[in-house]
Amino acid sequence: MAVIEIKNVAKRFGDYQALHDINLTIEDQEFMVLLGASGCGKSTLLRIICGLETATEGEVWIGGKRVDHLPPKDRGISMVFQNYAVFPHLTVFENIGFGLRMQKLPDNEVKRRVERTAGLMHIDQLLKRYSGELSGGQRQRVAVARALAMEPDVILMDEPLSNLDALLRMEMRAELKGVLAESNTTAIYVTHDQVEAMSMADRISVMHKGEIVQAASPIEVYRNPAAEFVAGFIGNPPMNFLPAKAAGDGKWEVAGNTFDGPASGAPLKFAIRPEDMHPSDSGIKAIAKVVEPLGAHLLVTCEVDGQLFRAVLESDLTVKAGDALMLAPHRDRVRWFDPQTTLAVA
Amino acid sequence: MNPRLLPYLLIAPVTLFLCLFFLYPFVLVAQQAFSNGSGFTLDNFRDVTSHWKFPISLRNTFLLALAVVPIQLALSLLMATMVNRMKRGRDLILYIWTIPLGISDLAAGIIWLAIFEQSGFLNSMMGGLGLIDSPTTFLSYSTPVMVFVAIMLAEIWRATAIMLVILVAGIGLIPKEYYEAGEVFGATPWQRFLKITLPMLRPSLQTALVLRVIMAFEVFAVVSALGGTLFPVLMGETYEYQFRLLNSGAAAAIALVILAISIAFTLIILRVLRVPKGATI
Repeated sequence: MAVIEIKNVAKRFGDYQALHDINLTIEDQEFMVLLGASGCGKSTLLRIICGLETATEGEVWIGGKRVDHLPPKDRGISMVFQNYAVFPHLTVFENIGFGLRMQKLPDNEVKRRVERTAGLMHIDQLLKRYSGELSGGQRQRVAVARALAMEPDVILMDEPLSNLDALLRMEMRAELKGVLAESNTTAIYVTHDQVEAMSMADRISVMHKGEIVQAASPIEVYRNPAAEFVAGFIGNPPMNFLPAKAAGDGKWEVAGNTFDGPASGAPLKFAIRPEDMHPSDSGIKAIAKVVEPLGAHLLVTCEVDGQLFRAVLESDLTVKAGDALMLAPHRDRVRWFDPQTTLAVA
Repeated sequence: MNPRLLPYLLIAPVTLFLCLFFLYPFVLVAQQAFSNGSGFTLDNFRDVTSHWKFPISLRNTFLLALAVVPIQLALSLLMATMVNRMKRGRDLILYIWTIPLGISDLAAGIIWLAIFEQSGFLNSMMGGLGLIDSPTTFLSYSTPVMVFVAIMLAEIWRATAIMLVILVAGIGLIPKEYYEAGEVFGATPWQRFLKITLPMLRPSLQTALVLRVIMAFEVFAVVSALGGTLFPVLMGETYEYQFRLLNSGAAAAIALVILAISIAFTLIILRVLRVPKGATI
């Protein structure tokens, strides 16, 4: 049982404010992904939870116990590092057993746990090797096995797959998700890769400039981004934005079309995902600029009123650059943002 | 230019230099050691090893190396770890610590002689503090332990920095993530030093120890300045044979004995601190 509570955590490096007043609760056995661009503070937050970094303000609670003053080893956590940090001078066996040896567990217990986790990660045939003889993917497996062997309440992962090639990353993604689900640990996973976040997380915390902009399930983050930043960061290609003019009574005029929207006086931004539109007789008039056939679908980059606008369309459609398209948005997928606060308006 | 020839061409000058000034004199010395003017002989080796001073100087050389090198190893590791943790002033401290490296070993011996001799700093300081009434003789045939300690101190002062410089560079190469992993998995600072720093420092330790041990077997000027004839060492005997007894055959023989000891210890160090295949960073 390990609920993680982060209360009012802030971190300053000199004059630089890396984290502003972070509050986050991660449920027992939840898989939480901290997602954001580099420099957003996600790794700093992870290192504060881990104990490798001290928060300037705030508290960290793990399993109902305040831990921010404890060294990492007394927090019931273990960690998978970005560059694996698999000790080159130890065999795979001794690497996986490193933490267990530090706890002075008896040899047979170390052996049992190392063999069990090595089996879990499919590296049982590599136990006698040194890391110099392993591939990147195998080293990553060793790093995960070492973390699992500690049988921690919480497992922390700092961009664990970012050094692997694309195919291996996809394979490891699924495997890691399965292994962690079975281990019944609470997991915090830092990444800048939205696909990784979407596919693995129970919940995603999107971070931007040292703040958590939104913490919600992947589909919620995708469908109902809480802020413009989230809308633009999640989804590939990202959400489209167009300026909207109030036409009274919750009606809004967008690129010559009228949409139902929130009742607000100030100007808003209209937002729609590229795949939430279909070509039609009426709708937003767009001039195709670049057409990219991607196999499964067609990515059309257009211009609407001089603004960049992308649409993901059926692959059997014949569109070429210069064509004028009428794109009808699915009305229930339209979202609105306040350009002043950049937050979503319902 | 043939690219396959280029590497050889580039190392040619230094190879030539080494052959001319190291290999050639070495062959000459070896020739001298194994001949008596008419042909091959082991007489020179028999002569020098059967001399009464040989076992003493051999024992002294080993004793000094045994006393000095482990202390220097521990000190340089400690100093390198400290320097590595410094955020500011790191370079300044390193420069200060490496000053003795810039001083010749004879000068170093003389500096320490100025401290320990009868009218030296140590005596005048202790006299000034009222600890002693009259100057003590630290360095005489009646105080062999003190002579040994003075030589030890001078050697430690003079030659720790050479190991320090190598170890500082080596520690700097160990990625920080390994220490963080050690910390997360429950290693105390001392355990991190033993289980991460030391094993990952093996290549640097090899270099530092080989250099230092070879230097220790060649010790001469410091001993000569502080101990004179009170503390004979192998290199001192070489000098004695060459310049006082004018027996260059015997001098060459002792020089080769020192070389053999150095090679033996180098091999031992390389073997003990070897990094298994695949275990490099």
